[in-house]
Amino acid sequence: MTSLEPNPATGIGNPPADIDSVAQSVVASLKDIRKTYYMGALAVEVLHGISLDFYQGEYVSIMGPSGCGKSTLMNILGCLDKPTEGTYYLGGEDTSEMDDDELSTIRGARLGFIFQSYNLIQQLNVLENIEMPLFYQGYSEQDSHEIAMGLVERVGLEDRIDHKPFELSGGQQQRVAIARALAVDPLIILADEPTGNLDTKSGAEILDLFDELNQQGKTLIMITHSDELAERSPRWVRMLDGKVESDDRRNS
Amino acid sequence: MTDAILEPTVQPRRRPDRPKLRAGNRLVRFKKITQVGIKSIYSHGLRSLLTVLGIVIGVAAVIAMLAVSEGASFEAQQQFRDLGANNILLKSVKPAEVEASSNRGFGPPQAIIYGLTLADVETIRSTIPGISNVIASRIVKKNVWHLGRSMNTDVVGTAVDYPTSRNYNLRSGRFFSETEMRDHANVVVLSDEVANVLFPIDNPLGLSIKIDSDYYNVIGIMESEGFSNLGQNQAGSSNAAPSRIYIPFTASKSRFGETTTRQTAGGMERETVELHEAIIQVDNQESVIEVGEIIEQILARRHKDIDYAIEIPLALLRQAEESALRDQIVAGAIAGISLLVGGIGIMNIMLASVTERTREIGIRRALGAKKRDIITQFLIEAVILSGVGGVIGVVLGIAIPFIISAVWGMTTIVTPVAPLLAFSISALIGVVFGIYPSMRAADMDPVEALRHE
Repeated sequence: MTSLEPNPATGIGNPPADIDSVAQSVVASLKDIRKTYYMGALAVEVLHGISLDFYQGEYVSIMGPSGCGKSTLMNILGCLDKPTEGTYYLGGEDTSEMDDDELSTIRGARLGFIFQSYNLIQQLNVLENIEMPLFYQGYSEQDSHEIAMGLVERVGLEDRIDHKPFELSGGQQQRVAIARALAVDPLIILADEPTGNLDTKSGAEILDLFDELNQQGKTLIMITHSDELAERSPRWVRMLDGKVESDDRRNS
Repeated sequence: MTDAILEPTVQPRRRPDRPKLRAGNRLVRFKKITQVGIKSIYSHGLRSLLTVLGIVIGVAAVIAMLAVSEGASFEAQQQFRDLGANNILLKSVKPAEVEASSNRGFGPPQAIIYGLTLADVETIRSTIPGISNVIASRIVKKNVWHLGRSMNTDVVGTAVDYPTSRNYNLRSGRFFSETEMRDHANVVVLSDEVANVLFPIDNPLGLSIKIDSDYYNVIGIMESEGFSNLGQNQAGSSNAAPSRIYIPFTASKSRFGETTTRQTAGGMERETVELHEAIIQVDNQESVIEVGEIIEQILARRHKDIDYAIEIPLALLRQAEESALRDQIVAGAIAGISLLVGGIGIMNIMLASVTERTREIGIRRALGAKKRDIITQFLIEAVILSGVGGVIGVVLGIAIPFIISAVWGMTTIVTPVAPLLAFSISALIGVVFGIYPSMRAADMDPVEALRHE
């Protein structure tokens, strides 16, 4: 709909004309992000200058065929990888200046990850998996327990807290992963093909949960290769060959 | 819907404060990491057990070997101490040439004359200053009787100071007195063992035993303990020292004469030995070795053949101490090598564990774990592994010496330092050999790690 010109210096994006008041609520801002991988002498540029702003409370799908760079973009958004060029502001902070420890902290405190293959730790039970990011952030045992218990209920697994991941179905495991992502109350929840390993029914349940979280004000960015899933969300960014091809909002 | 989301009334989300790690919560994290470590070790039970085997053997070896060498050196030192650190022992030894010549020729064999004489002892006593006492003994092998029971034993004719000079204790009764010595009295002190054989039920004190055709009153019982194989009488028998009985020197001389007859394989053998043994007590412990050298020179001048032996317990004690130290160094080196091998085993398995858990590392990194957290996690795991090995090793290392003592009767001493030292070393090995795998884990690229299958 509208091409957004972010302003990294202030963290203020150029909002859609009809909603002036969200100016200060840009949570993530990508400015001319380029990413080059070097394989020996061969340099492959995967992202050719991506600029995007994400707003507080948004639910955005990033879609595109495999190889379009959406996973690389996700890794950069998740502070797991650094762009070769360009700047990335997360919550008003310039991540390109950060060292490894600071990036670890910002990942743990500001971001929630949901992966296609759930990525729960097999030796830990449901509750312990949810508590894990909290301990890295220095929460006390009691606080962590309270938060995790609340989230277990929220994803409807309160009768499974002692179960190990392998004792759960895929849908249940993904719900544990969602609870874990919510634990630190992150600025953005990043979901990478969250329904990719699930059957239609479980997938639909996870997507319903996403809608619900979004309605409660959570900011969600979801990567998918499916147009159908993408169009469920109010905004979808379509990528092709390392570039943003389109950035649309649903008007409803 | 878009309006609902972006509506201004939706409060701009609070900026979460950068969380601060409080000391107590750092402990929580530590505890959680430790729990994960234990779970991971436990989930690979057999593998973990095999891994720590090297450490177990190393630690057990350190403790057991130290216990055995400590026990052996204690035993040796005890023996020499029993002989008296201030003493020099002289013994008569049958020289080899005499033995050969006595078997030649016809007719009844001549009595072989060899060994120390009273004159030797007198010369030593009078020429060397600093000698406080000389206790000369004659040792004759005899059958001793009480009623129907008999026993072949060494009859030691000795001086009244004999027990004190060799740190022997009387269990009951008394040793003979100067008066009895002067009177050539027929009194006897039995060793425990002889008393038990001849008097299985009665208290021997006040009763008498028969040697040859004479009766001797039992006046005391000597403890067998404190005898050593060095106390063996080389002149007569190779019997274990404890089966000895003691009579006054004067009585031995007048009852048995100077020439004794021995049954040998080739017939009868007669030998004349004036003194079988002499204990020379030196005033000052520092001059013992020096006095020993002078005695050696005196005896060498007075004797044509080497028909005597000199033992200086202090010198032997020094030797024993040196060899104990050498033993400990060897034990330490062997143990060190097995601990090193154990450490390499731990490093190996930690590297495997890091590779296997690449994905877990990726997940943890994505969820906010710093490199330092990953290092701590794997380091703790390595230390738990080597610590568990250390504990098993300590238990085994304390048990093995007990078994050795029980089965072979060796003295073993487990000093508290040994298990403590061995355990600390094993924990240290966990740290040292855990560092490299932990660093490898921490240095993984989170993106790569998450992609790892």
